[in-house]
Amino acid sequence: MIGNKKHFFIVIILAIYLLLPLIGTLLYSLAGKWSNTVLPESWTLSWYTMLFQDQRFLEALSRSIFVITSSVVLSLVVMLLAIFVMLIYFPSMEKYLKLVSMIPYGVPAVASAIGLLNIYSSSSINIIGTPWILIGSYAIIILPFVYQGIRNSLYTVNAVELIQAAELLGATKVKAVITVVLPNIMKGILSAVLLAIAMLFGEFALANLLVGGRYETLQLYLYQQFSKNGHLTSAIVISYYVIIMAVTGLLLQFQQPGKKKVTFAALRKPVIRKNQIQKNSVEGDIS
Amino acid sequence: MFRSKVYSLLGLLPLALLIIGFLLAPLVNMVYQSFQSNDGTFGLSQFISIFTDPFYMQAIKNSLTISFLSSTVAIVIAAIGGYSISRLAGRQNKVMVMITNMTSYFEGIPLAFSFIVLLGNNGLFTLLFSQLGLDIFHQFNLYSWVGLIVVYIYFQIPFAIMLLLPTYQGLKMEWRYASNLLGGTSFSYWIRIGIPILLPGMIGTYTILFANSLGAYATAYALVGSTYNLLPLQIGSLIAGDVFLQPNLASALGVILALIMIAALWVNGKIMRKVRRDLK
Repeated sequence: MIGNKKHFFIVIILAIYLLLPLIGTLLYSLAGKWSNTVLPESWTLSWYTMLFQDQRFLEALSRSIFVITSSVVLSLVVMLLAIFVMLIYFPSMEKYLKLVSMIPYGVPAVASAIGLLNIYSSSSINIIGTPWILIGSYAIIILPFVYQGIRNSLYTVNAVELIQAAELLGATKVKAVITVVLPNIMKGILSAVLLAIAMLFGEFALANLLVGGRYETLQLYLYQQFSKNGHLTSAIVISYYVIIMAVTGLLLQFQQPGKKKVTFAALRKPVIRKNQIQKNSVEGDIS
Repeated sequence: MFRSKVYSLLGLLPLALLIIGFLLAPLVNMVYQSFQSNDGTFGLSQFISIFTDPFYMQAIKNSLTISFLSSTVAIVIAAIGGYSISRLAGRQNKVMVMITNMTSYFEGIPLAFSFIVLLGNNGLFTLLFSQLGLDIFHQFNLYSWVGLIVVYIYFQIPFAIMLLLPTYQGLKMEWRYASNLLGGTSFSYWIRIGIPILLPGMIGTYTILFANSLGAYATAYALVGSTYNLLPLQIGSLIAGDVFLQPNLASALGVILALIMIAALWVNGKIMRKVRRDLK
């Protein structure tokens, strides 16, 4: 197994390289006095206490949370509505929905900022510098992920057949979607949401170009602190990394196949023991 | 039935409004503005002024060069690292995928700051190497061309690995055994089996990396501000800078950026068709 050792060695080197920025910043954020030595001379948590008492930081964080929540909800609701209408009434048009939903993936933030600034700085609709322009443009940049997350899970649960079955049992289409399909695709929706949150927390280009200092989000606050206090900035960066870690960690839990399922649907199902499943499946009750 | 179809169109309306308002209209507006000259007439004057201005030509050239270099280095490292990750079993594999996935979100302002902590003028490694008496960081300047490439390569690697991992899953260990049994060497396995299978995924990943670095704004903005001449930075300073704004010129630059991206996708499609045909 010499080959395996080689792969292990490469992976360890890679892991260290990838984690270096995190480790370096963590050291810096915990350092008290650190000027000319390789490692800090003293350690402290004061940068974190200072950060979490800073009114400006807390405000920026809550602004970010507000913008991200609103845009994720907006994108999700609008996309769910469209996808179900497509699925039920215009299944052959679905490829156009896919095409349109994928466009944002190929448009860099600077390019979309040009047109957005031109249109929304006119006298009739002036929303440049307000959170509303950010919410709209953020809802667009996460559209590809929201679309794919919803669509993939609709396919895996056989949504069309589920709706037909519910209709046979007397439910209306709307009721079938709300009570049968939605609970079953919660897992897909949640992972799309987590992916979108991780992306939007790091978004700087649109925030800087469209809103700037008029509505300071977390990334803009971070940039403002950049040249002022290194230790405080590193505490912000670590807080940001922790958010990313939490979100991506959760995401991986959702995407792990064959793992214990944590869908809402699974929580609602009655607990069935293994021998019961076997007995029932003979009768063809549970598939 | 017909009526419910008409009503159901209402369900498509919100998405249509969102897409038109925040995606299509801005793009159309950008293209339209790019054909407006500064005195309001319709024409190619913005494009002419870009292509005759050495400054903007250099921005385009710099952007292409940094994208090409960072994507090339990143895909080589990601190809080796990704293969090693895919060869690890169980728990180790899972932990490494987690680390890669997490770090693939490290970019922009936080990453630029982290690199200042590591490699800046008083950075961890700068001090470490100077105390060890090694002078490699003496000429190294993070806030320069080379520094920018180092950071770009860093954020491209985990992203590339995440894109390549599914491709490696398609590479069955049994094929290697079969090739060995039939007398093939490790080299002939890679040339005849491994690389042909991986190539389409590699090319696709390379294109995404190229586009990703071409449009990257935040990392460069944080490290070099607008002192370094890159296409996204120039566009940014033309639409939201503090000197004077030229939305028409910015639009033309935006159109050029979009055209380069479309060209990259087109080349990608061309190569992909060739590679796929050879496979058959």
